[in-house]
Amino acid sequence: MPDVRTHEPDDHDNAYAGLLVNDVHWAFGTDFEDPLAGVDATVPDGVEPAALATYCLMLGDDALVMSQRIAEWCSNAPDLEEDIALSNIALDLLGQARLLLARAAAADGAQVPALPDGSPVPDEDRLAYFRDVAQFRNVRLAEVPNGDFAQTVTRILLFSTWRLALFEELSRSRDAVLAAVAAKGVKELTYHRDFAGRWFLTLARGTADSRRRLLAGLDELWPLWAELFETHDVERAASGAGVGVDPAGLTADVDAVLDQVLAASGVDRPDHGPLGGAHGRRGRDGHHTGALGSLLEEMQVVARAHPRGQW
Amino acid sequence: MSAVADAELEPELEAELEARFEATVRRKDRIEPRDWMPEAYRKTLVRQVAQHAHSEIIGMQPEGAWIGRAPSLRRKAILLAKVQDEAGHGLYLYSATETLGVSRQELTEMLIGGRQKYSSIFNYPTLSYADMGTIGWLVDGAAICNQVPLCRTSFGPYGRAMIRICKEESFHQRQGYELLTTMMRGTDEQRAMVQESVNRFWWPSLMMFGPPDDASTNTAQSMAWGIKTHTNDELRQRFVDMTVPQAEVLGVTLPDPELAWNEERGSYDFGQPDWDEFWRVVKGDGPCNAQRVAHRKRAWDEGAWVREAALAFASRAGSAGLEDDVSDGTEAT
Repeated sequence: MPDVRTHEPDDHDNAYAGLLVNDVHWAFGTDFEDPLAGVDATVPDGVEPAALATYCLMLGDDALVMSQRIAEWCSNAPDLEEDIALSNIALDLLGQARLLLARAAAADGAQVPALPDGSPVPDEDRLAYFRDVAQFRNVRLAEVPNGDFAQTVTRILLFSTWRLALFEELSRSRDAVLAAVAAKGVKELTYHRDFAGRWFLTLARGTADSRRRLLAGLDELWPLWAELFETHDVERAASGAGVGVDPAGLTADVDAVLDQVLAASGVDRPDHGPLGGAHGRRGRDGHHTGALGSLLEEMQVVARAHPRGQW
Repeated sequence: MSAVADAELEPELEAELEARFEATVRRKDRIEPRDWMPEAYRKTLVRQVAQHAHSEIIGMQPEGAWIGRAPSLRRKAILLAKVQDEAGHGLYLYSATETLGVSRQELTEMLIGGRQKYSSIFNYPTLSYADMGTIGWLVDGAAICNQVPLCRTSFGPYGRAMIRICKEESFHQRQGYELLTTMMRGTDEQRAMVQESVNRFWWPSLMMFGPPDDASTNTAQSMAWGIKTHTNDELRQRFVDMTVPQAEVLGVTLPDPELAWNEERGSYDFGQPDWDEFWRVVKGDGPCNAQRVAHRKRAWDEGAWVREAALAFASRAGSAGLEDDVSDGTEAT
C-alpha cells in the first residue's frame, strides 16, 4: 500500500497555523451562502406589506420555536444516528426561520423591535430575541415541552405533514421570496416527514412499551392538531392576495397522508377535541401556553443581556 | 487445519507474522483490520480510539448546553452544526474501533461504567458564550495539533477517520476564532468575557497533550508501533508556538507570566500546567466528571426502550416480511 501522505509533512502538520496565514485549505467559508441570492425581494402589487410581514412571522415562528424544541435533543437522543437526524431537522427549521424572519423585516420594518442607537443586532435577531411572548405568532403544537422520543416523533410527524402540504402550495406564491423559501423547504420537510413516519411505524410495531408511549404521545398532542387548520385573518388575507396559503384548504391532503401512517401503524385517530383558546384567541394571535415563556426566556437570555453586542 | 497442527505451527508462524507486521509499520504502510497484529497493539488501539470516540460524544455536552441560549440565529446554526459534527466524529471512531472486534454498545457501557476515559478537557464547565469561541480556538486547536499526525497513524481505519475529522475540526477552529474576533470588536463586556474565557481554558488546553514525556507511560511503545508519531511535549510546544501570535492578533493575554520568546530555540518558553490538577481530573475529581458521565448514562438508559423497539421491529420485519407484520398488530398490543 502506498504512503498515505498527500502533502509534505510540514505542510500537512501546519493545518493549525493556517488560521492566520491563509484561507486556501479551509473546506468551507465561515459564512453560510445566501439561499435567496438573485431572488426578487419586491413586495408584489396589491399586497399589504404589514400583512405579508405578519404572515412571514407566523411561518417563521413555527419553525423557530419547533427548532428550539428539537435542538434540546442534542446529546440526549436514544442513539447517535437519531441525535444527528434530530439536529438536522432542527437546523433545517432554523434555516427556514431565518429566511422568513428576514423576509418579515424586509417587508415591514415597523414590526422589527427597536434597539439602542448603534446596535449592530441584525433584523432576524431583533425579531427572534427582542419580541415578547405575546408577539410570537407560532401554533402551540410547536411550543409545548418535549416528552419522550415517541412524543417528539409524533410532534415531528404532525408538524411536518402539515407544513409540507403548506409549503408545496406556498412554492407557487406570488411573492418570489416566499416561493423560493417554500421550494427549498419542501425538500427538507419531505425528509422530516419520512424520518418521523418511519419511527412512528417502528414504535407502533416495536414493543408493547414503545407502542404505549407512542399512543400517549399522540394523545397528548392531538388537542393541538386542529389549530393548524384554523384560518387566521392574516392567513386569509395572504391567501386572498395570492402570496399565502389558507390552512383550512390543506385538511384533505394532510388527513390522507396522516391516515396512511396511522393505518400502517394500527393506530386509531384519538377522538378528543381541540385545545381551546381564551376568547377564541390561539397561537396565531399571540396567545400561548405557559411553555413558550420559559422557552423564550432561555433562548433570549444572552442576546438581551447584550443589546449592543456583536456575535 | 486441525487444532493440533495449528498449535505446532504457531511459534514459527507467529514470528513470521510479527516480522511482517513490523516491516509494514517501518514502511509507514497501514495495518488493516484483517491483518495479523500483536494483541497488545490491538488493545492499545481499542483504548486510544475508543477514548477518542468517547471524547467526541462527551464533548457534545459542554457546547450543547449553549445551543438553546446562542445569542444570534447564525451562531445557533453554527453551534448546532458543530455539535452535530461531533456526534458524526464519534460515529466514525466507534466504527473504526468496531473493526478491532469491540461493539459500540460495549464501548458505551465501558464509558458510562467509568472503565474507559475521555479527554479531561470536557470535565471543565462552560460558563459564558465566549467559551464557544475559546473551545473552538484553543480546545479544537489543541485537538488538531494532536490529531493531524494521527492521519498517518499505522492503523488504517483510524488514520482514515482522522483525515476527515481533522478537516472538520479545522473548520470548527476557524469558526471559534471568528466568534472571538467578532466579540473583541463588540462591547467592553464582550471583550472581558473573551479574556475571562481564555484565562480559564488556557491551562486545561495545554493539559490536552497529556503528561510530560518523562511521565507518559504509553508514548514509547505507541511510537514504536507507529500509532503515535510525536511526543506529548513536542506537540505541546508546537501548539504554544502557533497560538501566541494568534492571541496577539486577537488582542487577548495568555495567562502565563513565564511565556517568552526564546531566540536560541526559535520557540516560546512557557510555564507548566498544574499537573496535580491534571491527575485529579483524570482520576475523576474534576469539576464536571460526574455530571458528564451521568448525562451520557441518562441519555443511554432513557433510549434503551427505543433501541429495543427498533430491534424488535427489524427482527419481525426481517423474519415475517414487513407487509405481513404490518397487517398483524397483535404482537405489539
